[in-house]
Amino acid sequence: MSTETKPDIDIDRSVGDFRYEMDYAFDAGVGLTEATIDYISDVKGDPDWVRAFRKEGYRKFLEKPMPTHWATKDLESIVFENIRYYLSQGQIPKRTWDEVPDDIKRTFERLGIPEQERKFLSGVEAQFDSEAAYSNIKAAVGEQGVIFVGSSEGLKEHPEIFKKWFGKVIPSGDNKFSALNSAVFSGGSFIYVPPGVKVKHPLQAYFRINAQNFGQFERTLIIVDEGAELTYMEGCTAPKFETATLHSAVVELVAMKGAKIQYITVQNWSSNVFNLVTKRGIAHEDAEVKWIDCNIGSRLTMKYPGVVMKGKGARGEVVSIALAGDGQHQDTGAKMIHAADNTTSNIISKSISLGTGRSTYRGMVHVPKHLKGCKNNTECDALLINTNSRTDTYPAISVRGQGNAVQHEASVSQISSEQIFYMQQRGLSEAAAMSLAVNGFVNDLVQQFPMEYSVELKRLIDLEMEGSVG
Amino acid sequence: MSITTTSPAETGNSTNWPEWFRKDQNEAWDLYESLPMPKRNDEPWRFANLKALDLSEFQPAKPVEDKAVLIARSSGLADLAAKLVFANDALIHREVAGLPAGVLLLPLEQAATEHEELFRKHFMSTEARLGSKKFAALHRARLRSGAFVHVPRGVVIERPIEIWHWVEGENATIFPHTLIVLGEGASVTVIDRFVSSRDERSLAIAVNDLTVGTNAKLHYVGVQEWSDKATAFHINTTEVERDALSTALQMNLGGAYVRGESDSHLLGEGSRSVMLSINPANGTREIDQRTFQDHFSPRATSDLLYHNALADSSKTIFAGLIKVEEAAHETDAYQKVRNLMLSDEAEANSMPGLEILADNVRCTHGATSGELNEDELFYMMARGIAPKQAAQLIVRGFFGAVLEHLENRDLQDHLGEILDHKLNL
Repeated sequence: MSTETKPDIDIDRSVGDFRYEMDYAFDAGVGLTEATIDYISDVKGDPDWVRAFRKEGYRKFLEKPMPTHWATKDLESIVFENIRYYLSQGQIPKRTWDEVPDDIKRTFERLGIPEQERKFLSGVEAQFDSEAAYSNIKAAVGEQGVIFVGSSEGLKEHPEIFKKWFGKVIPSGDNKFSALNSAVFSGGSFIYVPPGVKVKHPLQAYFRINAQNFGQFERTLIIVDEGAELTYMEGCTAPKFETATLHSAVVELVAMKGAKIQYITVQNWSSNVFNLVTKRGIAHEDAEVKWIDCNIGSRLTMKYPGVVMKGKGARGEVVSIALAGDGQHQDTGAKMIHAADNTTSNIISKSISLGTGRSTYRGMVHVPKHLKGCKNNTECDALLINTNSRTDTYPAISVRGQGNAVQHEASVSQISSEQIFYMQQRGLSEAAAMSLAVNGFVNDLVQQFPMEYSVELKRLIDLEMEGSVG
Repeated sequence: MSITTTSPAETGNSTNWPEWFRKDQNEAWDLYESLPMPKRNDEPWRFANLKALDLSEFQPAKPVEDKAVLIARSSGLADLAAKLVFANDALIHREVAGLPAGVLLLPLEQAATEHEELFRKHFMSTEARLGSKKFAALHRARLRSGAFVHVPRGVVIERPIEIWHWVEGENATIFPHTLIVLGEGASVTVIDRFVSSRDERSLAIAVNDLTVGTNAKLHYVGVQEWSDKATAFHINTTEVERDALSTALQMNLGGAYVRGESDSHLLGEGSRSVMLSINPANGTREIDQRTFQDHFSPRATSDLLYHNALADSSKTIFAGLIKVEEAAHETDAYQKVRNLMLSDEAEANSMPGLEILADNVRCTHGATSGELNEDELFYMMARGIAPKQAAQLIVRGFFGAVLEHLENRDLQDHLGEILDHKLNL
């Protein structure tokens, strides 16, 4: 294959490759000690139970070993002492656009959240470093009784709902990084949807990391009450940095009886970011939790969205696209825990490895004893673009008892040379043909994203494909 | 006198071996002692019952009481090229109906003495990589005998060779070993039969090394019928050279705790390895199988098919890995494990893995867990077949699908009969 041809795509690659000088009004310094946690708690004005929760998380973080007995050794290159655990301009979330500082507005404009777009977005929760710098909830959503605030605001103003579920779906000791998040979390969203309310427009939050060596530890808790429905979207772009950046979020979803939650992520971290995220949802009776997840960029992503199907007839779904570019490792997957009769889960994962990129699928499907009528379907497809690309699949499936049906299928393939030849015959350059073929590979999944995301996604894939042919 | 605390030097049972091998055994014992026991967090032991690994109560096996009875009971395929019978790690019977010239069929200790170079080259030449390194070291340290099969270049043995391994005595331990080396273009079928003479608690740590030379063809079957109280390790390494074919079937019909490790190295271009297993699990039996299809060369094929039927409160673990190394372009690798759940108390764990480092490969794996097909059951019951019998027939058919992958029809029929007997059909 020749390297001369470049895809003819008119995209400004410098988008997302910028940063502004900032004055950080609050800065916890580097490294993590109990004093750092007290500092964060003081700055944020945490209630006592939150301070205690943070300290418990810190203890567990110290106790837990790095999971390198199964995960990549690259985790060992994270130097926890060199990371800033809290950084903020001391802003409380703003409600009107006018109150947002100009330099932050500029950042948002580059990110593609123009002011006009607010009209389309039912709510914008834009994370700027540790604090939500801008938060706009459309009046209509508020009138329905929906609460959509930053997590710090949520725990202060709605403790009765917040406390009941916070740390319950993902206990702080779940893994080393959820423990770390529990210790130093700041930012993220808190959403409560009252019974029967179907939120028509997806709620969104845009994230961005800025500041060198800065780890973001946002914490999102979403509770959708009986019969209610919600779609939540998060998307990320990040500026380039010289040293590694750690991002370790925790997202907890609770779908009460008959509720539906769709959580959509399109993620595009810069290639020095460690993105170690714990995401899990509980689905009560007849409820549905669906994770739609797209991972592009980062140095290492480890993310296995899970659903605990706690009530009869609950459904869990994970749709995942991962694109591992040169030097990147996308270690993603899904966890499906069946804990009641007649629960169904579905996992569809597609990954693409480019250059020296490596994509890994890790899955867990668990059907305990004495359950009936549980079904799981798992499909993993991997596409390898270059000869030095790599892909791994490590599912673990446990089934006890009869009366359940579980199936797992995985395949690895290449883009067929016939396809490329066919497209070249019709005048496409080789690179454009490759891009088209890759988009074709993930197309059925991309369709599941909201329109603006699927457009963005296709663009991101094209961008990543640039120069990978040869 | 426990096998885990008394060194083989102290028991002094290796006088039949050459001096250099005895030295080797002492080193293996040191290695065994230095290696840690598997721990709960060790990935190769995920889901495993580590309590079963306490081997301290097992003792070296004493010579069997009645050789003649065991020889008489060693009755398998009717039409054989040769038969060896080992009881408590001693060769008690050797019967040759017709082996082509140049074929070596010897006890291991004799091969080590008379064919040192060949023995050294192939005997446990690859490390046990799937978790049981410690137990493989114990095997090496305590090995007393075993079968050595060498089929030289171009020699084709039409009829199968059958090798019996008997264990007898409460808490007795044996270390069965079968070493098979096929020269270029050679061909043979070998059946290992692992049997307990009585319903006793015993331990077997069995190893086999299969080397299949260029363009050679090996059919290997291990029929494991230890008593329901037995603990057993079966560590299997296969090396397949250019354009060679290896078909290996493991049937696990007995044992309380059975750990099987099958490591297939596809070394040569165009090599092919077929890995099959049939596991009817009942009672509280635990069958823990780890497999590795390691592709080193281009255009090789590996195909794995494991069928587990789980009754009562039995448990199975399947952890398989297909690895396509960087140079192994145009690899075809397949892996399929199917669990048929026959009871509410049974537990099936499947971990089918892929690691692909090469380009232009075709790899698929699949794992399913399901139950008996109600329509099939109904059909048979409507024709007057009792429900239990009907279920067993479906299980038999489920295993039959694996047997079909063997080329030899007589062998298929023979193994089918063993299965019928096991399933009371």
